Amino acid sequence: MKRQAGQVVAAARDLHKVTGPEIIHSLINHFTELHGDRLGEDDPAIIGGIGLFHDLPVTVITTDRGQSAAERIAKHFGCLTPAGYRKSLRLIKQAAKFHRPVICLVNTPGAYPGQSAEEHGQGAAIAQNLLEISQVPTPIITIILGEGGSGGALALACGDQIWMLENSTYSILSPEGFASILWKDSSRADEAAAIMQLIPEDLLRKKVIDGIIEEPTDHAAVLSNIDKILQQEISHLQKLSTTDLLRQRHDRYRQF
Amino acid sequence: MNLYDQNNTLSAHHIKADQQADAKVPDGLWQKCPKCGTAIITKHLDQYNTCPHCHFGFRIGARQRLAWLVDDFTETDQDLLSQDPLNFPDYQQKLATCRQKTTLNDSVLTGTAQIGDQHFGLGIMDPYFIMGSLGTVTGEKITRLFERATQDRLPVILFTASGGARMQEGILSLMQMAKISTAIKEHSTAGLLYITVLTDPTTGGVTASFAMQGDIILAEPHSLVGFAGRRVIEQIMHRRIPKDLQDAETLLKNGFIDRIVERQEEKSALQWLLKYGG
Repeated sequence: MKRQAGQVVAAARDLHKVTGPEIIHSLINHFTELHGDRLGEDDPAIIGGIGLFHDLPVTVITTDRGQSAAERIAKHFGCLTPAGYRKSLRLIKQAAKFHRPVICLVNTPGAYPGQSAEEHGQGAAIAQNLLEISQVPTPIITIILGEGGSGGALALACGDQIWMLENSTYSILSPEGFASILWKDSSRADEAAAIMQLIPEDLLRKKVIDGIIEEPTDHAAVLSNIDKILQQEISHLQKLSTTDLLRQRHDRYRQF
Repeated sequence: MNLYDQNNTLSAHHIKADQQADAKVPDGLWQKCPKCGTAIITKHLDQYNTCPHCHFGFRIGARQRLAWLVDDFTETDQDLLSQDPLNFPDYQQKLATCRQKTTLNDSVLTGTAQIGDQHFGLGIMDPYFIMGSLGTVTGEKITRLFERATQDRLPVILFTASGGARMQEGILSLMQMAKISTAIKEHSTAGLLYITVLTDPTTGGVTASFAMQGDIILAEPHSLVGFAGRRVIEQIMHRRIPKDLQDAETLLKNGFIDRIVERQEEKSALQWLLKYGG
Protein backbone atom coordinates (compact mmCIF):
# COMPACT_ATOMS: atom_id res chain seq x y z
CA MET A 1 0.00 0.00 0.00
CA LYS A 2 1.25 3.46 -0.87
CA ARG A 3 2.26 5.45 2.18
CA GLN A 4 1.01 8.98 2.82
CA ALA A 5 3.89 11.42 2.22
CA GLY A 6 2.80 13.55 5.20
CA GLN A 7 3.18 10.58 7.56
CA VAL A 8 6.67 9.84 6.27
CA VAL A 9 7.62 13.51 6.81
CA ALA A 10 6.48 13.25 10.44
CA ALA A 11 8.30 9.93 10.94
CA ALA A 12 11.49 11.37 9.40
CA ARG A 13 11.44 14.11 12.05
CA ASP A 14 10.80 11.71 14.96
CA LEU A 15 13.16 12.57 17.81
CA HIS A 16 13.59 8.89 18.70
CA LYS A 17 15.06 7.92 15.35
CA VAL A 18 18.46 6.34 15.02
CA THR A 19 21.16 9.08 14.88
CA GLY A 20 24.53 9.41 13.20
CA PRO A 21 26.48 9.34 16.49
CA GLU A 22 24.53 6.20 17.47
CA ILE A 23 25.53 4.48 14.22
CA ILE A 24 29.18 5.45 14.78
CA HIS A 25 29.01 4.19 18.36
CA SER A 26 27.70 0.76 17.42
CA LEU A 27 29.20 0.06 13.96
CA ILE A 28 32.59 1.83 14.04
CA ASN A 29 35.40 0.61 16.28
CA HIS A 30 37.95 2.99 17.78
CA PHE A 31 36.27 6.05 16.25
CA THR A 32 38.71 8.97 16.45
CA GLU A 33 37.06 12.34 15.92
CA LEU A 34 38.93 14.93 13.83
CA HIS A 35 37.99 18.58 14.16
CA GLY A 36 38.10 21.80 12.21
CA ASP A 37 38.04 23.22 8.70
CA ARG A 38 41.66 24.52 8.90
CA LEU A 39 40.33 27.98 8.05
CA GLY A 40 39.50 29.13 11.55
CA GLU A 41 36.35 27.26 12.53
CA ASP A 42 34.93 23.97 13.77
CA ASP A 43 31.21 23.46 13.13
CA PRO A 44 29.76 21.33 15.95
CA ALA A 45 26.83 20.31 13.68
CA ILE A 46 29.15 17.93 11.90
CA ILE A 47 31.10 15.07 13.44
CA GLY A 48 33.84 13.51 11.37
CA GLY A 49 36.72 11.17 11.91
CA ILE A 50 38.41 7.85 11.25
CA GLY A 51 37.45 4.44 12.57
CA LEU A 52 37.33 0.77 11.78
CA PHE A 53 34.33 -0.76 10.04
CA HIS A 54 34.77 -4.53 10.31
CA ASP A 55 38.56 -3.93 10.50
CA LEU A 56 38.52 -1.67 7.44
CA PRO A 57 39.73 1.92 8.07
CA VAL A 58 36.99 4.33 6.95
CA THR A 59 36.24 8.02 7.22
CA VAL A 60 32.81 8.70 8.72
CA ILE A 61 31.06 12.08 8.52
CA THR A 62 27.71 12.68 10.14
CA THR A 63 25.44 15.63 10.74
CA ASP A 64 24.39 15.98 14.37
CA ARG A 65 21.39 17.74 15.87
CA GLY A 66 22.53 17.32 19.48
CA GLN A 67 20.61 16.14 22.56
CA SER A 68 20.26 18.96 25.12
CA ALA A 69 18.72 22.34 24.31
CA ALA A 70 22.13 24.04 24.53
CA GLU A 71 23.66 21.49 22.16
CA ARG A 72 20.82 21.83 19.70
CA ILE A 73 21.22 25.59 19.59
CA ALA A 74 25.01 25.35 19.15
CA LYS A 75 24.48 22.84 16.34
CA HIS A 76 21.72 24.95 14.72
CA PHE A 77 19.40 21.91 14.97
CA GLY A 78 21.54 20.00 12.50
CA CYS A 79 21.90 22.80 9.95
CA LEU A 80 25.51 23.05 8.78
CA THR A 81 27.43 26.31 8.57
CA PRO A 82 29.94 26.92 5.75
CA ALA A 83 32.66 25.70 8.15
CA GLY A 84 30.80 22.38 8.42
CA TYR A 85 30.90 21.82 4.66
CA ARG A 86 34.56 22.84 4.55
CA LYS A 87 35.38 20.41 7.36
CA SER A 88 33.58 17.61 5.52
CA LEU A 89 35.44 18.33 2.28
CA ARG A 90 38.77 18.40 4.09
CA LEU A 91 38.08 14.98 5.63
CA ILE A 92 36.85 13.52 2.32
CA LYS A 93 40.03 14.66 0.53
CA GLN A 94 42.10 13.25 3.36
CA ALA A 95 40.28 9.92 3.02
CA ALA A 96 41.03 9.87 -0.71
CA LYS A 97 44.72 10.48 -0.07
CA PHE A 98 44.86 7.31 2.03
CA HIS A 99 42.34 5.31 -0.04
CA ARG A 100 39.78 5.11 2.76
CA PRO A 101 36.12 4.71 1.80
CA VAL A 102 33.85 7.50 3.09
CA ILE A 103 30.52 7.00 4.86
CA CYS A 104 28.27 10.09 5.11
CA LEU A 105 25.25 10.05 7.43
CA VAL A 106 22.75 12.83 6.77
CA ASN A 107 19.85 14.18 8.79
CA THR A 108 19.57 17.91 8.17
CA PRO A 109 16.69 20.29 7.49
CA GLY A 110 19.11 22.16 5.19
CA ALA A 111 22.14 24.43 5.21
CA TYR A 112 22.05 27.02 8.03
CA PRO A 113 20.44 30.19 6.64
CA GLY A 114 21.74 32.70 9.20
CA GLN A 115 23.48 36.03 8.65
CA SER A 116 26.92 34.66 9.59
CA ALA A 117 26.47 31.77 7.13
CA GLU A 118 25.88 34.29 4.34
CA GLU A 119 28.92 36.32 5.42
CA HIS A 120 31.08 33.21 5.42
CA GLY A 121 29.96 32.06 1.99
CA GLN A 122 27.36 29.32 2.46
CA GLY A 123 26.77 29.11 -1.29
CA ALA A 124 30.49 29.00 -2.08
CA ALA A 125 31.10 26.27 0.52
CA ILE A 126 28.39 23.96 -0.86
CA ALA A 127 29.55 24.71 -4.41
CA GLN A 128 33.08 23.59 -3.53
CA ASN A 129 31.80 20.29 -2.12
CA LEU A 130 29.83 19.56 -5.29
CA LEU A 131 32.75 20.50 -7.53
CA GLU A 132 35.47 18.58 -5.68
CA ILE A 133 33.52 15.50 -4.60
CA SER A 134 32.61 14.79 -8.25
CA GLN A 135 36.19 13.60 -8.79
CA VAL A 136 37.41 12.45 -5.38
CA PRO A 137 39.12 9.09 -6.08
CA THR A 138 37.66 7.00 -3.24
CA PRO A 139 34.27 5.34 -2.71
CA ILE A 140 31.67 7.61 -1.05
CA ILE A 141 28.38 6.22 0.26
CA THR A 142 25.65 8.32 1.88
CA ILE A 143 22.71 7.26 4.02
CA ILE A 144 19.90 9.75 4.59
CA LEU A 145 18.62 8.99 8.09
CA GLY A 146 15.79 11.51 8.53
CA GLU A 147 15.49 14.80 6.68
CA GLY A 148 17.55 15.37 3.55
CA GLY A 149 17.03 19.09 3.07
CA SER A 150 17.99 20.63 -0.23
CA GLY A 151 21.51 21.70 -1.28
CA GLY A 152 22.59 21.36 2.34
CA ALA A 153 22.01 17.59 2.11
CA LEU A 154 23.18 17.27 -1.50
CA ALA A 155 26.63 18.58 -0.50
CA LEU A 156 27.05 15.36 1.52
CA ALA A 157 25.09 13.16 -0.91
CA CYS A 158 26.91 13.56 -4.22
CA GLY A 159 29.11 10.46 -4.16
CA ASP A 160 28.70 6.92 -5.49
CA GLN A 161 25.73 5.49 -3.61
CA ILE A 162 22.81 7.16 -1.84
CA TRP A 163 20.58 5.07 0.44
CA MET A 164 17.66 6.17 2.58
CA LEU A 165 16.09 4.79 5.73
CA GLU A 166 12.46 3.82 5.20
CA ASN A 167 11.24 6.83 7.22
CA SER A 168 13.23 9.63 5.65
CA THR A 169 12.75 12.36 3.06
CA TYR A 170 14.90 14.11 0.46
CA SER A 171 13.63 17.29 -1.19
CA ILE A 172 14.45 20.75 -2.57
CA LEU A 173 12.81 22.43 0.42
CA SER A 174 10.54 21.56 3.34
CA PRO A 175 6.88 20.81 2.59
CA GLU A 176 6.03 23.85 4.77
CA GLY A 177 8.24 26.09 2.66
CA PHE A 178 6.86 24.61 -0.52
CA ALA A 179 3.25 25.17 0.62
CA SER A 180 3.94 28.72 1.73
CA ILE A 181 5.50 29.63 -1.62
CA LEU A 182 2.83 27.85 -3.63
CA TRP A 183 -0.33 28.67 -1.70
CA LYS A 184 0.94 31.26 0.82
CA ASP A 185 -0.19 28.79 3.50
CA SER A 186 2.37 26.62 5.29
CA SER A 187 -0.38 24.64 7.05
CA ARG A 188 -1.04 22.83 3.77
CA ALA A 189 2.30 21.02 4.14
CA ASP A 190 0.78 17.53 3.83
CA GLU A 191 -0.74 18.41 0.47
CA ALA A 192 2.60 19.82 -0.65
CA ALA A 193 4.43 16.67 0.50
CA ALA A 194 2.13 14.55 -1.65
CA ILE A 195 3.05 16.53 -4.79
CA MET A 196 6.79 16.80 -4.06
CA GLN A 197 7.70 13.09 -4.42
CA LEU A 198 10.08 13.28 -1.46
CA ILE A 199 9.62 9.81 0.06
CA PRO A 200 12.12 6.98 -0.55
CA GLU A 201 9.94 4.88 -2.87
CA ASP A 202 9.35 7.87 -5.21
CA LEU A 203 13.04 8.76 -5.21
CA LEU A 204 14.09 5.16 -5.89
CA ARG A 205 11.77 5.06 -8.91
CA LYS A 206 13.46 8.22 -10.22
CA LYS A 207 16.90 6.66 -9.51
CA VAL A 208 17.80 9.61 -7.27
CA ILE A 209 18.68 6.98 -4.64
CA ASP A 210 20.05 3.46 -4.93
CA GLY A 211 18.06 1.70 -2.24
CA ILE A 212 15.87 1.83 0.86
CA ILE A 213 16.93 0.42 4.23
CA GLU A 214 14.14 -1.18 6.26
CA GLU A 215 13.55 0.59 9.54
CA PRO A 216 11.76 -1.41 12.25
CA THR A 217 11.10 0.35 15.57
CA ASP A 218 13.89 -1.57 17.32
CA HIS A 219 17.16 0.38 16.94
CA ALA A 220 19.31 -2.77 17.10
CA ALA A 221 17.51 -4.11 14.04
CA VAL A 222 17.94 -0.83 12.15
CA LEU A 223 21.65 -0.74 13.00
CA SER A 224 22.03 -4.31 11.80
CA ASN A 225 20.30 -3.43 8.48
CA ILE A 226 22.59 -0.44 8.01
CA ASP A 227 25.61 -2.62 8.81
CA LYS A 228 24.62 -5.15 6.13
CA ILE A 229 24.07 -2.52 3.42
CA LEU A 230 27.34 -0.72 4.20
CA GLN A 231 29.34 -3.96 4.08
CA GLN A 232 27.73 -5.02 0.83
CA GLU A 233 28.09 -1.65 -0.95
CA ILE A 234 31.57 -0.73 0.28
CA SER A 235 32.93 -4.12 -0.74
CA HIS A 236 31.29 -3.70 -4.16
CA LEU A 237 32.66 -0.15 -4.68
CA GLN A 238 36.15 -1.16 -3.53
CA LYS A 239 36.39 -3.70 -6.36
CA LEU A 240 36.11 -0.92 -8.97
CA SER A 241 39.20 0.72 -10.44
CA THR A 242 39.40 4.48 -9.82
CA THR A 243 38.60 5.11 -13.50
CA ASP A 244 35.49 2.93 -13.33
CA LEU A 245 34.45 4.41 -9.99
CA LEU A 246 34.62 7.97 -11.32
CA ARG A 247 32.96 7.01 -14.61
CA GLN A 248 30.05 5.43 -12.73
CA ARG A 249 29.79 8.49 -10.48
CA HIS A 250 29.73 10.72 -13.57
CA ASP A 251 27.01 8.58 -15.20
CA ARG A 252 24.99 8.48 -11.99
CA TYR A 253 24.41 12.28 -12.13
CA ARG A 254 24.56 12.67 -15.91
CA GLN A 255 21.28 10.74 -16.30
CA PHE A 256 19.23 13.56 -14.72
CA MET B 1 -13.84 70.79 10.69
CA ASN B 2 -13.79 73.41 7.95
CA LEU B 3 -10.10 73.07 7.70
CA TYR B 4 -10.38 69.31 7.07
CA ASP B 5 -13.05 69.86 4.45
CA GLN B 6 -10.87 72.29 2.67
CA ASN B 7 -8.01 69.79 2.69
CA ASN B 8 -10.24 67.07 1.31
CA THR B 9 -11.47 69.31 -1.47
CA LEU B 10 -7.94 70.33 -2.29
CA SER B 11 -6.63 66.77 -2.42
CA ALA B 12 -9.57 65.57 -4.46
CA HIS B 13 -8.89 68.41 -6.84
CA HIS B 14 -5.26 67.40 -7.14
CA ILE B 15 -6.03 63.76 -7.81
CA LYS B 16 -8.42 64.76 -10.55
CA ALA B 17 -5.75 66.87 -12.17
CA ASP B 18 -3.30 63.94 -12.03
CA GLN B 19 -5.77 61.56 -13.59
CA GLN B 20 -6.27 63.88 -16.52
CA ALA B 21 -2.54 64.18 -16.97
CA ASP B 22 -2.12 60.39 -16.83
CA ALA B 23 -4.07 59.89 -20.00
CA LYS B 24 -1.67 62.09 -21.95
CA VAL B 25 1.58 60.70 -20.53
CA PRO B 26 2.77 57.28 -21.71
CA ASP B 27 3.48 54.59 -19.07
CA GLY B 28 7.06 53.98 -18.00
CA LEU B 29 8.28 57.48 -18.76
CA TRP B 30 10.12 57.44 -15.44
CA GLN B 31 11.86 54.57 -13.67
CA LYS B 32 13.16 54.42 -10.16
CA CYS B 33 16.45 52.67 -9.53
CA PRO B 34 15.61 49.83 -7.09
CA LYS B 35 19.00 50.23 -5.38
CA CYS B 36 19.63 53.96 -4.90
CA GLY B 37 16.12 55.27 -5.57
CA THR B 38 17.22 57.78 -8.22
CA ALA B 39 14.43 58.64 -10.65
CA ILE B 40 15.53 58.15 -14.23
CA ILE B 41 13.80 59.19 -17.45
CA THR B 42 13.47 55.85 -19.24
CA LYS B 43 14.57 57.19 -22.58
CA HIS B 44 17.80 58.40 -20.99
CA LEU B 45 18.72 54.75 -20.31
CA ASP B 46 21.11 53.45 -22.91
CA GLN B 47 21.29 49.91 -24.31
CA TYR B 48 23.00 48.69 -21.11
CA ASN B 49 20.04 49.56 -18.85
CA THR B 50 22.10 50.72 -15.91
CA CYS B 51 21.45 53.39 -13.30
CA PRO B 52 23.54 56.47 -14.21
CA HIS B 53 23.85 57.28 -10.50
CA CYS B 54 24.90 53.97 -8.81
CA HIS B 55 25.65 51.84 -11.91
CA PHE B 56 23.24 49.10 -10.82
CA GLY B 57 22.36 46.91 -13.80
CA PHE B 58 18.59 46.58 -14.21
CA ARG B 59 17.31 43.07 -14.89
CA ILE B 60 17.43 42.31 -18.59
CA GLY B 61 16.56 39.31 -20.71
CA ALA B 62 19.24 37.01 -22.12
CA ARG B 63 18.76 38.12 -25.72
CA GLN B 64 18.88 41.79 -24.75
CA ARG B 65 22.24 41.19 -23.06
CA LEU B 66 23.54 39.22 -26.01
CA ALA B 67 22.91 42.18 -28.32
CA TRP B 68 25.76 44.30 -26.89
CA LEU B 69 27.95 41.60 -25.39
CA VAL B 70 29.36 39.62 -28.32
CA ASP B 71 30.43 40.04 -31.93
CA ASP B 72 29.11 36.67 -33.05
CA PHE B 73 26.87 33.97 -31.55
CA THR B 74 25.54 30.56 -32.58
CA GLU B 75 22.75 29.25 -30.37
CA THR B 76 22.65 25.58 -29.28
CA ASP B 77 20.08 23.24 -27.72
CA GLN B 78 17.20 25.62 -28.36
CA ASP B 79 14.79 22.71 -28.94
CA LEU B 80 14.96 20.91 -25.56
CA LEU B 81 11.68 21.13 -23.67
CA SER B 82 10.86 20.34 -20.04
CA GLN B 83 9.03 17.04 -19.54
CA ASP B 84 7.12 18.35 -16.48
CA PRO B 85 8.39 15.45 -14.30
CA LEU B 86 6.01 16.06 -11.35
CA ASN B 87 2.90 16.72 -13.47
CA PHE B 88 2.80 19.96 -11.59
CA PRO B 89 -0.47 21.96 -11.66
CA ASP B 90 -0.41 24.79 -14.26
CA TYR B 91 3.31 24.30 -14.96
CA GLN B 92 2.92 23.64 -18.71
CA GLN B 93 0.94 26.87 -19.05
CA LYS B 94 3.61 28.80 -17.16
CA LEU B 95 6.35 27.38 -19.39
CA ALA B 96 4.40 28.30 -22.52
CA THR B 97 3.96 31.90 -21.34
CA CYS B 98 7.66 32.24 -20.48
CA ARG B 99 8.76 30.72 -23.79
CA GLN B 100 6.70 33.29 -25.62
CA LYS B 101 7.85 36.19 -23.43
CA THR B 102 11.58 35.41 -23.62
CA THR B 103 11.81 33.53 -26.96
CA LEU B 104 13.89 30.93 -25.10
CA ASN B 105 13.08 27.25 -24.55
CA ASP B 106 14.05 27.53 -20.87
CA SER B 107 15.82 29.83 -18.39
CA VAL B 108 19.25 29.88 -20.04
CA LEU B 109 20.51 30.83 -23.49
CA THR B 110 23.57 28.82 -24.56
CA GLY B 111 25.87 28.67 -27.56
CA THR B 112 29.30 29.47 -28.91
CA ALA B 113 30.30 33.09 -29.12
CA GLN B 114 33.04 35.40 -30.21
CA ILE B 115 34.40 38.70 -28.86
CA GLY B 116 37.10 40.05 -31.17
CA ASP B 117 39.20 37.02 -32.05
CA GLN B 118 38.35 35.14 -28.84
CA HIS B 119 36.06 32.10 -29.19
CA PHE B 120 34.23 30.68 -26.15
CA GLY B 121 31.17 28.85 -24.88
CA LEU B 122 28.55 31.28 -23.55
CA GLY B 123 25.55 30.86 -21.26
CA ILE B 124 23.23 33.68 -20.19
CA MET B 125 20.45 33.04 -17.67
CA ASP B 126 17.20 34.92 -18.13
CA PRO B 127 15.58 36.31 -14.96
CA TYR B 128 12.25 36.60 -16.79
CA PHE B 129 11.94 32.83 -17.34
CA ILE B 130 10.33 31.60 -14.06
CA MET B 131 12.82 33.80 -12.17
CA GLY B 132 15.79 32.18 -13.92
CA SER B 133 15.12 29.06 -11.86
CA LEU B 134 17.20 25.94 -12.38
CA GLY B 135 15.08 23.34 -14.15
CA THR B 136 16.05 20.10 -15.88
CA VAL B 137 16.38 21.79 -19.29
CA THR B 138 18.44 24.64 -17.79
CA GLY B 139 20.71 22.03 -16.22
CA GLU B 140 20.98 19.97 -19.40
CA LYS B 141 21.82 23.03 -21.52
CA ILE B 142 24.55 24.20 -19.12
CA THR B 143 25.97 20.66 -18.84
CA ARG B 144 26.12 20.33 -22.63
CA LEU B 145 27.70 23.80 -22.84
CA PHE B 146 30.59 22.57 -20.67
CA GLU B 147 30.84 19.16 -22.34
CA ARG B 148 31.06 20.77 -25.78
CA ALA B 149 33.60 23.33 -24.55
CA THR B 150 35.74 20.55 -23.03
CA GLN B 151 35.64 18.67 -26.33
CA ASP B 152 36.44 21.77 -28.41
CA ARG B 153 38.94 23.09 -25.83
CA LEU B 154 37.11 26.39 -25.34
CA PRO B 155 36.75 28.58 -22.24
CA VAL B 156 33.23 29.17 -20.87
CA ILE B 157 31.59 32.39 -19.69
CA LEU B 158 28.32 32.08 -17.77
CA PHE B 159 26.06 34.97 -16.71
CA THR B 160 23.96 33.91 -13.72
CA ALA B 161 20.54 35.30 -12.74
CA SER B 162 18.36 33.00 -10.72
CA GLY B 163 15.90 32.63 -7.88
CA GLY B 164 17.40 29.16 -7.26
CA ALA B 165 15.94 25.69 -7.69
CA ARG B 166 12.78 25.23 -9.77
CA MET B 167 10.09 24.09 -7.36
CA GLN B 168 7.91 22.70 -10.13
CA GLU B 169 10.56 20.09 -10.97
CA GLY B 170 11.28 19.01 -7.39
CA ILE B 171 14.32 16.89 -6.61
CA LEU B 172 15.34 16.70 -10.28
CA SER B 173 16.11 20.41 -10.05
CA LEU B 174 18.50 19.64 -7.17
CA MET B 175 20.16 16.88 -9.21
CA GLN B 176 21.08 19.48 -11.85
CA MET B 177 23.47 21.08 -9.34
CA ALA B 178 25.47 17.83 -9.12
CA LYS B 179 25.26 17.15 -12.85
CA ILE B 180 26.52 20.62 -13.83
CA SER B 181 29.25 20.56 -11.15
CA THR B 182 30.60 17.30 -12.59
CA ALA B 183 30.77 18.80 -16.10
CA ILE B 184 32.50 21.93 -14.75
CA LYS B 185 35.09 19.86 -12.85
CA GLU B 186 35.88 17.90 -16.02
CA HIS B 187 36.22 21.16 -17.98
CA SER B 188 38.50 22.49 -15.24
CA THR B 189 40.63 19.32 -15.10
CA ALA B 190 41.18 19.73 -18.86
CA GLY B 191 42.92 23.01 -18.01
CA LEU B 192 40.21 25.26 -19.40
CA LEU B 193 39.08 28.66 -18.11
CA TYR B 194 35.61 29.25 -16.62
CA ILE B 195 34.44 32.78 -15.84
CA THR B 196 31.15 33.54 -14.08
CA VAL B 197 29.46 36.92 -14.12
CA LEU B 198 26.95 37.22 -11.28
CA THR B 199 24.01 39.48 -12.09
CA ASP B 200 20.97 40.55 -10.08
CA PRO B 201 19.71 38.26 -8.54
CA THR B 202 21.92 35.18 -8.08
CA THR B 203 20.60 33.05 -5.23
CA GLY B 204 19.87 29.60 -3.77
CA GLY B 205 20.99 26.48 -5.60
CA VAL B 206 22.66 28.46 -8.37
CA THR B 207 24.87 30.31 -5.88
CA ALA B 208 25.50 26.96 -4.17
CA SER B 209 26.81 25.44 -7.39
CA PHE B 210 27.99 26.81 -10.74
CA ALA B 211 27.82 30.54 -9.90
CA MET B 212 30.56 30.07 -7.29
CA GLN B 213 32.67 27.53 -9.19
CA GLY B 214 34.35 29.88 -11.66
CA ASP B 215 38.13 30.27 -11.87
CA ILE B 216 37.31 33.95 -11.99
CA ILE B 217 34.08 35.30 -10.49
CA LEU B 218 32.88 38.76 -11.57
CA ALA B 219 29.71 40.56 -10.46
CA GLU B 220 27.70 43.56 -11.60
CA PRO B 221 27.51 46.55 -9.17
CA HIS B 222 25.02 46.13 -6.28
CA SER B 223 23.65 42.85 -7.65
CA LEU B 224 22.04 40.64 -5.03
CA VAL B 225 24.11 37.50 -4.49
CA GLY B 226 23.31 35.07 -1.71
CA PHE B 227 22.22 31.63 -0.62
CA ALA B 228 19.16 32.07 1.58
CA GLY B 229 16.37 34.56 0.98
CA ARG B 230 16.25 37.73 3.10
CA ARG B 231 12.95 36.75 4.76
CA VAL B 232 14.26 33.31 5.71
CA ILE B 233 17.39 34.84 7.27
CA GLU B 234 15.34 37.37 9.24
CA GLN B 235 12.99 34.67 10.53
CA ILE B 236 15.97 32.63 11.76
CA MET B 237 17.74 35.63 13.30
CA HIS B 238 14.56 37.21 14.72
CA ARG B 239 15.84 40.61 13.67
CA ARG B 240 16.43 42.78 10.63
CA ILE B 241 19.62 42.03 8.71
CA PRO B 242 21.90 44.67 7.16
CA LYS B 243 20.53 46.08 3.92
CA ASP B 244 23.74 45.32 2.05
CA LEU B 245 24.32 41.79 3.44
CA GLN B 246 23.87 40.20 0.02
CA ASP B 247 25.22 43.01 -2.17
CA ALA B 248 28.02 42.04 -4.55
CA GLU B 249 30.15 44.70 -2.80
CA THR B 250 29.80 42.85 0.54
CA LEU B 251 30.84 39.57 -1.09
CA LEU B 252 33.84 41.33 -2.61
CA LYS B 253 34.83 42.63 0.82
CA ASN B 254 34.42 39.12 2.33
CA GLY B 255 36.58 37.57 -0.37
CA PHE B 256 34.00 35.56 -2.34
CA ILE B 257 34.22 37.32 -5.71
CA ASP B 258 37.15 38.63 -7.71
CA ARG B 259 35.93 41.91 -9.17
CA ILE B 260 32.92 44.16 -9.66
CA VAL B 261 32.53 45.10 -13.32
CA GLU B 262 30.11 47.68 -14.71
CA ARG B 263 28.02 46.48 -17.61
CA GLN B 264 29.58 48.92 -20.07
CA GLU B 265 33.02 47.47 -19.27
CA GLU B 266 32.08 43.78 -19.43
CA LYS B 267 32.84 43.14 -23.08
CA SER B 268 36.38 44.52 -22.97
CA ALA B 269 37.10 43.04 -19.52
CA LEU B 270 36.00 39.59 -20.68
CA GLN B 271 37.98 39.88 -23.90
CA TRP B 272 41.12 40.65 -21.90
CA LEU B 273 40.53 37.79 -19.43
CA LEU B 274 39.84 35.31 -22.25
CA LYS B 275 43.13 36.28 -23.83
CA TYR B 276 45.37 36.36 -20.76
CA GLY B 277 43.40 34.80 -17.87
CA GLY B 278 43.33 31.18 -18.99
